[in-house]
Amino acid sequence: MYVAVKGGEKAIAAAHRLLARERRGDESVPEISLEQIRRQLSLSVDRVMSEGSLYDPHLAALAVKQARGDLMEAIFLLRAYRTTLPRFGYALSVDTSRMHIRRRISATFKDVPGGQVLGPTFDYTHRLLDWGLAGSQERESQTNAPAPEEIEAVDATHDFMPRVLDVLGREGIIESETCETDPEPDDLTREPLTLPAGRSMRLQNLARADEGFLLAMGYSTQRGFGNSHPFVGEVRMGEVEIEFVPEELGFPVTIGEITLTECETVNQFIGSGDARFTRGYGLTFGQGERKAMSMALVDRSLRAGELGEEMRGPAQDGEFVLYHSDNVEASGFVQHLKLPHYVDFQSELALVRGLRKDAAGKEEDHER
Amino acid sequence: MNAEAMSGYNYAYLDEQTKGMIRRAILKAVAIPGYQVPFGSREMPLPYGWGTGGIQITAGIIGPDDVLKVIDQGADDTTNAVSIRSFFASTAQVATTTVTQEATVIQTRHRIPETPLKSGQILVYQVPIPEPLRFMEPSEAETRTMHALEEYGVMHVRLYEDIAVHGRIATSYDYPVKVEDRYIMCPSPIPKFDNPKMDDCPALQLFGAGREKRIYAIPPHTRVKSLDFEDHPFEIQSWEEACAICGSRQSFLDEIITDDQGGRMFVCSDSDYCARCVREQEGK
Repeated sequence: MYVAVKGGEKAIAAAHRLLARERRGDESVPEISLEQIRRQLSLSVDRVMSEGSLYDPHLAALAVKQARGDLMEAIFLLRAYRTTLPRFGYALSVDTSRMHIRRRISATFKDVPGGQVLGPTFDYTHRLLDWGLAGSQERESQTNAPAPEEIEAVDATHDFMPRVLDVLGREGIIESETCETDPEPDDLTREPLTLPAGRSMRLQNLARADEGFLLAMGYSTQRGFGNSHPFVGEVRMGEVEIEFVPEELGFPVTIGEITLTECETVNQFIGSGDARFTRGYGLTFGQGERKAMSMALVDRSLRAGELGEEMRGPAQDGEFVLYHSDNVEASGFVQHLKLPHYVDFQSELALVRGLRKDAAGKEEDHER
Repeated sequence: MNAEAMSGYNYAYLDEQTKGMIRRAILKAVAIPGYQVPFGSREMPLPYGWGTGGIQITAGIIGPDDVLKVIDQGADDTTNAVSIRSFFASTAQVATTTVTQEATVIQTRHRIPETPLKSGQILVYQVPIPEPLRFMEPSEAETRTMHALEEYGVMHVRLYEDIAVHGRIATSYDYPVKVEDRYIMCPSPIPKFDNPKMDDCPALQLFGAGREKRIYAIPPHTRVKSLDFEDHPFEIQSWEEACAICGSRQSFLDEIITDDQGGRMFVCSDSDYCARCVREQEGK
């Protein structure tokens, strides 16, 4: 009569086998390679690296494959791997003005030193399904490939491109964000979040934050829940060198090159006689413009308190944003509701039955 | 999890520095019973909300000589308990057991074993929300100040409001306690039936909240009092039924629905206790 929920171990093993089969899918279709994921689903890989906070396209591609294309699951896989890695130290701050630019636009000036470079962007594409990609697309991609001189033109001209906000900075018309020293940043992955959080901890949190969450938060500020009057000073994407000073050498050596997307916004000014614009900052691994822009909006709105602005929206509330931005935390806690809660529910059942019994008893007394 | 997948990881998964950090947090927690110590919670290969706090504490304190028991809802064979037990069996090569008396470390979710714990044992709780004042005050900055000032009026008001509306305190699990007459503490979502077991317990009780990055503790033989009022004293759940398997009338019972006609039966939530009762009866 009583069927206990025994055999959890066997059930788990069987579930894992089923998962492996579903992941592979129909075996008459060739298996997807990590190189294919990395090269052809590169924006998935970029997002997983950004929110997984580990720059490794190969492992990110593996995570995407293992997670069956579920990017949050892939991010979780990469994070769980990342925590086990030893730390050698901090690289020098990257200098994005020395970025090898592949895309760079400013919405604040018609032309800027270095010019506007559209680069590989979905902007201005008409979102019409491209039937050419459905079949054999090799021919298609060859005809659409940029001419060698187009690639070369970009390569040649954009090795040093001053940031638009630095140009404004020289005039003193925007707040300065230079730092004399290069202090060690806060590290959320080693120290718990404390409130109020400093800017470096906030920025790290936002860099790891869920893109959808940041997008919605940033969007809410545009709709009136704490507007910060943003202009996109600049969005740039390209490769930067990472430099590290090994203790035994004492001078910086280049240890690699990574792709970054950076967004700087020009926001609501402060003061009047000495009026100055304020800034928001966003940065992602790979090509992640939507997130970098959202991050810049949220970064700026989180400064509301510091700048003495009226607090009118959730995106201005550091505790609200920073505690709910992480999709690995959020996904785990939401989904833990799937775990058994027999005991808690039984306790509630007993309580509700008791309350009903009390009420029924009182009614009887009343009738008597 | 196979041996190949786990090769290349440190003993009990976490690196020694991290374990040291966790042990320091535990020491502080033991020194200030009921106080929530922030710690640098790591991302674990199991999801947040699925016991990462408890797992990190267990990883921090476990050694090859330990015997580990893992329960979820009182039972050793619920899927998440199975999963956590096999995690430590493969990463820490530790002996595991389902027998409460044999275990040196017991990781639990939502229950305290029925079999009384003894000195030398450690009970590790998995905690989802460590802050007892959270649903009255959502801000962490605010609640930490309230604890510091021992400003617990809101909690008493909430309990009083329950009595005013329902005629009784309408909290049946995660029932708040006061530890050593100082900190109000979440006992984690154990049924209030289990609350009295925390008081003057000879075992060390450790609480880990991974996602919320907090560790707290109740050292052995500490006073733990469930909040109540003189005219509405704390009381625990009781059942009219006995366990359908072992006949116990002393244990917390789970309700099992047996058909769609309202048929139901009650069995012990603590599977080890239930099996022991059956064995003792057969032995007689």
